[in-house]
Amino acid sequence: MEALGLLFHGFAVLLTWKTLVLMMVGLVLGIFVGVLPGLGGPNGVAILLPLTFTMDPTSAIVMLSCIYWGALFGGAITSILFNIPGEAWSVATTFDGYPMAQQGRAAEALTAAFTSSFVGSLVAVLLITFLAPMISSFALKFGPPEFFAVYLLTFCSFVGLGREAKHKTVISMSLGLLLAGVGMDTVSGNLRMTFGSAELLRGINFLVAVIGLFGISEILLTMEERLALRGHAASISLRVVLGVWKDLPKYWMTLLRSSFIGCWLGITPGGAIAASFMGYNLAKRFAKDPESFGKGRIEGVFAPETAAHASGTSALLPMLALGIPGSGTAAILLGGLMVWGLNPGPLLFVEHKDFVWGLIASMYLGNVVGLVLVLTTVPIFASILRVPFAAVAPMIVVSCAIGAYAIQNAMFDIWLMLGFGVVGYVFKKIGIPLAPFTLALVLGNRAEDAFRLSMIGSGGNLKVFWSNGLVGSITTLAIVLLFWPVTDGLLGRVGLTQRTRTTPQ
Amino acid sequence: MRIPVKAVGAATALLLSTPAFAGWEPTKPVEIVVAAGAGGASDQMARMMQAAIQKNNLMKQPMVVSLKGGASGAEALMYMKSSEGDPNKVLIAYSLIYMLPLSAKIPFNWRELTPVSVIALDQFVLWDNSAGPKTVKEFIDAAKAASSPFKMGGTGSKREDHVLTVFLEQKTGAKFSYLPYKSGGEAATQLVGNHTEANVNNPSENLEVWRAGQVRPLCVFDKERISYTNKVTDTQSWADIPTCKEEGVDVQYLMLRAMFLPGKVTPEQQAFYVELFHKVTQTAEYKDYMEKQALKPIFLTGKDMVQFLEEDDAINKSLMTEAGFVAK
Repeated sequence: MEALGLLFHGFAVLLTWKTLVLMMVGLVLGIFVGVLPGLGGPNGVAILLPLTFTMDPTSAIVMLSCIYWGALFGGAITSILFNIPGEAWSVATTFDGYPMAQQGRAAEALTAAFTSSFVGSLVAVLLITFLAPMISSFALKFGPPEFFAVYLLTFCSFVGLGREAKHKTVISMSLGLLLAGVGMDTVSGNLRMTFGSAELLRGINFLVAVIGLFGISEILLTMEERLALRGHAASISLRVVLGVWKDLPKYWMTLLRSSFIGCWLGITPGGAIAASFMGYNLAKRFAKDPESFGKGRIEGVFAPETAAHASGTSALLPMLALGIPGSGTAAILLGGLMVWGLNPGPLLFVEHKDFVWGLIASMYLGNVVGLVLVLTTVPIFASILRVPFAAVAPMIVVSCAIGAYAIQNAMFDIWLMLGFGVVGYVFKKIGIPLAPFTLALVLGNRAEDAFRLSMIGSGGNLKVFWSNGLVGSITTLAIVLLFWPVTDGLLGRVGLTQRTRTTPQ
Repeated sequence: MRIPVKAVGAATALLLSTPAFAGWEPTKPVEIVVAAGAGGASDQMARMMQAAIQKNNLMKQPMVVSLKGGASGAEALMYMKSSEGDPNKVLIAYSLIYMLPLSAKIPFNWRELTPVSVIALDQFVLWDNSAGPKTVKEFIDAAKAASSPFKMGGTGSKREDHVLTVFLEQKTGAKFSYLPYKSGGEAATQLVGNHTEANVNNPSENLEVWRAGQVRPLCVFDKERISYTNKVTDTQSWADIPTCKEEGVDVQYLMLRAMFLPGKVTPEQQAFYVELFHKVTQTAEYKDYMEKQALKPIFLTGKDMVQFLEEDDAINKSLMTEAGFVAK
């Protein structure tokens, strides 16, 4: 197999002391930026990019991609310990990860998150190794109608499969869609809902909202209820790690399903976010006891993390093969590649074999080394929970503020973050779910653009969403999922599904 | 319709009466403000400069790239406007400085900033899928004969690509549906995937898919051919692309790439950056970059630059007005 030969060549390029040291340095830096909410992968990579200008391209990209891995691993830490997602796709990890931490199972949750990240990335890297040419041609099939269908699928699966009352999900989602409209509308080139304010021109940054909605509101709730972080008795040992691993095979179906969803969505830009939510919702849908999700179920950590990382990793493929970055971090890496004179595009795989296979090999190595590194440091992170709340809370608030500021270097964003903190608090009090809101805020713009571009292209004909097999099946699936409680019942009646439904959705 | 772009012939430095290095130097890291997203043409150019300055030790302080692409670049403009008197921020500007205030009523005027230098001019090329028509004439005929309008991909709404599409329609009588994507890279892959029939991307945005034989350049929107004669694909160089005028469609447009400081900086500070970017244009990194991206070399400062900007502004304004893109 040609791919294997090239891969081993890639490993040979990498296995020098210098590269390995760079790899470790990159990972540690990455975990560090990942732990600070908001700082995250894109900023970390951007700050460190100039460091690599004097290196040769292979060493440089190895170091940068390790920062990326580190940040991905690190993002899960704050989601689980403090309910503050560091990246968009970590939001779904908080649903069960944070309750687990509250129950004193932080170490277990962290181990689950890291392990499933590892599994997801591994599946995606395997896919890249063996199917790269095929996948990049699949990505080219996506025009505006196909993109819209995927976003629609994500929204619909949320409404149809969600545990919360449907009307509350829809309210929350609509508010998110509304706020996503603030700023420049790229289709018409006009400003919307900025009310003459220069600060609102940028629109509402998703991460600022997330840090406020989840992080600040959590601090507010904790202050109200009791002045302590819950989950003191986080027992940490090799035993916990091995225990999680021993249970891993039981969840093979969840892991497989999430990996598949992740890889599939990863090659469409913005897919990682959709993938994590969809992975979570489907795991819940197919569980025997869906109502136990959201209360600290380990599968609720496995599912989104596997999907997010499978898709985060496979998102590098369209970046390399087509020059379209699938995430903010991938976009910065793209800029980096160009500085070294490597132009991502169809010919990169042909003309710069050394580089491409070095990068792919570094994905394998970086992932393994990263897993070992984060697992050995789990005790340190989990012990944060034992620090008194009075000491940790100000640090969290400050780190949230730094994170919110760093995204766009704007003081206004800190106020916005605090505002969202209050909104999040109120939402939690009146039982409106936050996740549909955040999902709509991230994907709202893209979904709208994709829809309007489809309409311009088809002259306003909705049939365009059924104009070929690919878009037609995604759209139909979306509608089936939207009315899932109804369709599931109908399918059951005609004997298409064997499963008996346990609880009303 | 004719868009004369002045002073292009004088590609070499036109450093006139800039005072000798007056002694001012940045005392903290310098921010290059990019009015576009990561990976776009401005970002690439900023990173090239960052690398050129660092590798050749042109400045003691480090240079950092600051992406302010929000609101189609309006964020960067407002940021520069509000940084009055701060000599540690340089904007890498393009024609959005004329167009955005007109189309979206952004309260911004480039005359409030301090001009440093014009460093390049960017070309626009009409591209179609390599499976599509082979010449401009065949392309226009096919567009006219099509039952539904040809889809033209581009970046943003009421901007360069959109203006060119409108004028292409006016000149040829063919109708296009203009699809505004978020970036030139996206417009490129959408053309490769046959979701659009054509685009008017800059050379750099379609370079890789051209080299891979997935798209075909039909003509360049300039009064003369691109000067670079080294082979880019197996058979063609940039200079082999005919001008649109040669092909019977007289539409021309060039886009500036220029550096600006915020308003109210001292002449010494301005002089430092004029000198700095002049040095940058002498580096191997810059020259490589220009050829690779098929940019048109130019270097203007001082009065020449202001005169160039005024003329360019007038041209853009009349184009925008004619296309009906000026907000009421």
